[in-house]
Amino acid sequence: MAMITADPKDVPKVEHFAFTPEYLAKAKALVANYPPGRQASAVIAVLDLAQRQQGWLPRVAMDEVAKLLDMAPIRVYEIATFYTMFQLKPRGKYLLQVCTTTPCWLRGSEAVMKACQHAADGETFSVQEVECLGGCVNAPVVQINDDFYEDLDEASINKVLDAFRRGETPKPGPQVDRQTSAPVGGATTLRSE
Amino acid sequence: MLSDKDRIFTNLYGAHDWHLAGARARGAWDNTKAILDRGPDGIIDEMKKSGLRGRGGAGFPTGLKWSFMPKEVKDRPHYLIVNADESEPGTCKDRDILRHDPHLFIEGCLVAGFAMRANAGYIYVRGEFYNEAQNLIAAIREAYEAGLLGKNACGSGWDFDLYVHRGAGAYICGEETALLESLEGKKGMPRLKPPFPAGAGLYGCPSTVNNVESIAVAPTILRRGAAWFAGIGRPNNTGTKLFCISGHVNKPCNVEEEMGIPLRELIDRHAGGVRGGWDNLLAVIPGGASVPLLPKSICDTVLMDFDSLRDQKSGLGTAAVIVMDKSTDLVKAIARLSYFYKHESCGQCTPCREGTGWMWRVMERMVTGNARIEEIDALEEVTRQVEGHTICALGDAAAWPIQGLIRHFRPEMERRIRARTEKLAAE
Repeated sequence: MAMITADPKDVPKVEHFAFTPEYLAKAKALVANYPPGRQASAVIAVLDLAQRQQGWLPRVAMDEVAKLLDMAPIRVYEIATFYTMFQLKPRGKYLLQVCTTTPCWLRGSEAVMKACQHAADGETFSVQEVECLGGCVNAPVVQINDDFYEDLDEASINKVLDAFRRGETPKPGPQVDRQTSAPVGGATTLRSE
Repeated sequence: MLSDKDRIFTNLYGAHDWHLAGARARGAWDNTKAILDRGPDGIIDEMKKSGLRGRGGAGFPTGLKWSFMPKEVKDRPHYLIVNADESEPGTCKDRDILRHDPHLFIEGCLVAGFAMRANAGYIYVRGEFYNEAQNLIAAIREAYEAGLLGKNACGSGWDFDLYVHRGAGAYICGEETALLESLEGKKGMPRLKPPFPAGAGLYGCPSTVNNVESIAVAPTILRRGAAWFAGIGRPNNTGTKLFCISGHVNKPCNVEEEMGIPLRELIDRHAGGVRGGWDNLLAVIPGGASVPLLPKSICDTVLMDFDSLRDQKSGLGTAAVIVMDKSTDLVKAIARLSYFYKHESCGQCTPCREGTGWMWRVMERMVTGNARIEEIDALEEVTRQVEGHTICALGDAAAWPIQGLIRHFRPEMERRIRARTEKLAAE
């Protein structure tokens, strides 16, 4: 099992966390998706908001979420350490989540991983090995923040990373000439209008 | 081969507009009220007649599953839950439904929710599918604005609310009871069954968990009739299915095809064939990481449906076809899956928590041949001790790929062990 942890020496001390009015409004809207008294259902979503605001999840942010949702703090810590998308220490501006599960591995994720590790400086880029991202027919896949970059090889991931370094946002999706999950060269079906 | 007029997902690749106007032009939301007017029992009967089996992996008949919900709503509300936590390695079909055909799927949620007498539905989307969830949320908003969801949905007199719930990275939440735990704001640890979700699911209320594809095909089945769907495919394995073809093929892709299509035809026709030609094929995992692999000799003739693959001691699973050519280090490919299950075990049951780690460590030694021949038997024995001895099927899923490897490629495992032993002796 994977327990999400962070070495205390990598975790800076954060004394205070409060949601901005904008994030607080979003959090309240999410809580309203669940029946009265079931606000704990929103814990993943509200932790995600805290992480988006702060960039990562310091303990005080988890405490704030616990307070907002009327949960015992330990219940929130449990969630934050169980789900792999929560970051318990600061990360670079772009988080490179490299899938190395078998379908990506078969298509060359090792070279992509190496390129990402090489780029990871902790400031612009952080790298994380992840399990299947669910984009297997577009393997290898790297998720960069919210976007999937697909059909990668060493050259194309480096091109993507260079574009980020220049402050651009390269176009997500396949990095070869194809339409989403259709075969390269054009679909074999759905050609009749 | 399935003809385009029988395809349900006509915007599979996102070539067209996925918003409400585009979806309507392709036939979604066409007289949904008439479907609902048949009443819950009429809908469930039609679904049963269509022969649709759940598309999430287990292949349980969808209509029958819906019929397990209580016939009337008493003190507890009913819930429709949709499992969009697509994370089975090899599988990426629901992603295309969510991002390219969300309205077909949302219409299915209304129909299914109505049939099980639920006034609310939750869609659990894996956290990594951020953009897909945004499309879905936008499409739900469009449906509300058009009066298709919410109070008196589609003018049917039935109120139906639909919510998107995003996960945050945990394969185990694709297990239906772990998904319910996660929806309630807890760690995704599977529950003991019984009670089954239809009796006590979300918040202890009657709930039914369905896969995205199972729900998304429902409106088309109900519009075109059970006989149409049942006429495609083979008996007990009816209809169309989304296949995901990944790995060593020339053109990996998703495609909607007829159930029971020969594996070879599927790969040759849609995925541009195996890299280096059919004779360069080593093995195929036909239904996502959890099912045992098949060697080429079986792949030559096997049909892609639940029963045909079960007869070969494998399974259709999610219909995620992972192709491996002769250049593949097959032991390593399976060892990587063992690592996946070790990583994703929730840690609740001892056989799985300890077993997945043990099996992975032994598999890593098998990759280099750093083992004794008898250890292959010990490994097989341990897979049998994990299988069937855990609360959920993750333990089984971790055991089966290894069992498949030993069943079909034991000589290769022995060869590695001998080669290493001889090399060490020579030094």
